[in-house]
Amino acid sequence: MHKIEIEHLTKYFGDKLVLDDVSLKVAEHEVVCLIGASGSGKSTLLRCINDLISFDEGSIKLDGVSIYDKTFKTNELYKRIGIVFQSYNLFSHMTVLDNITLAPRHVHKISRAESEAYACELLSLFELEGFSKSYPEQLSGGQQQRVAIIRAMVNRPDVLLLDEITAALDPELIGGVLAVIKGLRKQGMTMVIVTHEMGFARDVADRVCFLDNGQILEEAPPKTLFSNPANPRTKQFLQRIIEAGRL
Amino acid sequence: MIFKRSVPSRKAGRKIKFRDRYLPTIISVSSVLAFFWLIRSVVVRAEQWPRIKAQFFDLDTIIFVFPKVLHGFGINMSVWSVSLVVIAIWALLLAIFRSLQGPWFAPLRVFSIIYIDLLRGLPALLLVLLFGFGIPALQIPGLPNNSLFWGAVAMVASYSAYAAEVYRSGIEAVHDGQRAAAKALGLSQIQTLRFAILPQAIRNVVPSLLNLTVALQKDVALLSVLGIRDAVREAQIHTARTFNYSSLIAAALLFLVATIPLARFTDYITKKDQERRLQKTT
Repeated sequence: MHKIEIEHLTKYFGDKLVLDDVSLKVAEHEVVCLIGASGSGKSTLLRCINDLISFDEGSIKLDGVSIYDKTFKTNELYKRIGIVFQSYNLFSHMTVLDNITLAPRHVHKISRAESEAYACELLSLFELEGFSKSYPEQLSGGQQQRVAIIRAMVNRPDVLLLDEITAALDPELIGGVLAVIKGLRKQGMTMVIVTHEMGFARDVADRVCFLDNGQILEEAPPKTLFSNPANPRTKQFLQRIIEAGRL
Repeated sequence: MIFKRSVPSRKAGRKIKFRDRYLPTIISVSSVLAFFWLIRSVVVRAEQWPRIKAQFFDLDTIIFVFPKVLHGFGINMSVWSVSLVVIAIWALLLAIFRSLQGPWFAPLRVFSIIYIDLLRGLPALLLVLLFGFGIPALQIPGLPNNSLFWGAVAMVASYSAYAAEVYRSGIEAVHDGQRAAAKALGLSQIQTLRFAILPQAIRNVVPSLLNLTVALQKDVALLSVLGIRDAVREAQIHTARTFNYSSLIAAALLFLVATIPLARFTDYITKKDQERRLQKTT
């Protein structure tokens, strides 16, 4: 059984078809990267997986159970799937510690002491131990993004969704964030990653999917896809990336 | 500050000269004084000035009515301070009703929209007359028959509609990413509002709410039409007896003493708020 099973997913924004009969299976401990131009539907696909966006047709299953199944109390789904956003989306009026412990305390009803203890453990693991009482705007972009990753990790999810998490960062801060993700991969975290960092996709992915106009045009291990793409659209996309000096 | 002066750039090791430091201030102050002195002398020399002075600025009348007007002003201020608290809470509830999503909350949403549309569309004076005279006249058992109470209810009803719209603009101004993050963490709609959205929304609208507060501080004088002996009513009573309008000036002075500091404070908070936003974007 696959961890995530997406079958025949179709999604319209108004009249515009943004996901066109997409099917994708992700095994446990697998890391899948979604690449493609802006507007190809990769972020939409990612946000359908944890019910941030509804879809029109098809199905998404987590461990063989539809995400809309009643056995999934909504909170259970959000506990088992964590997401990190491009623009961090930390709550600006809360300290780092409050940002991290908000969901454990108020959604999953874990005691303050216990959730703060685990939060501090993760903070020191991610080299942010001095910042628990800081506010997000006092941190660099890279630090904020690592806090956002901790906020998603603190519920001990099975799956982590990453939505262009380095796109808003200064180049010198990207490395630190990507190192954290590589660490999570080593621990066996199942991840679906939308990224523009082709080098990172090559290093971290078990499988890379190229999306274009709402369809998965090509799906292959990174070595194959980056060195010997089969689909002409993939070739064209990678050619542009190489010309821009990003591969 | 009213007298702004450009600060001369200080070059290393050079003392700022007396002229550079004080001259701009001296020029501002003296030109303002000269300007107002000019106006005053023109006005005072006008033929009708003594009549105007006796009608509006008769010091003896002002001193004579001052204790009564001040007592009335106390009523204005207590109506103001109580309504303020009720409006702040009721308007927030209306804004929350309106921002709730999902079919189950539709009645609350519709109620809030109708309430705001109706009460923003009606003149406050009309509401004061309707509530303040209309409801006590019904003599409904169990309800207060006090026109002061119902007049205050009218002010609350009217101002809540405006304040609700201010809150709503603040709620809508919070970035969508904050809602997405809250939902992805599993927060319910109410929890999202309570923990993520409202604290940021309220912080954003404090300057606008303070502006409404200043407006309400003057508008409580509308209750004088109900015969409540507030500052304006007390002044009118004296005017009706003597045909001298200086008593109204006494009331006017009291309102200014209350509103100007609050308006200044609002400006100060607005400026702080703008600085905070600028810092955020850079």
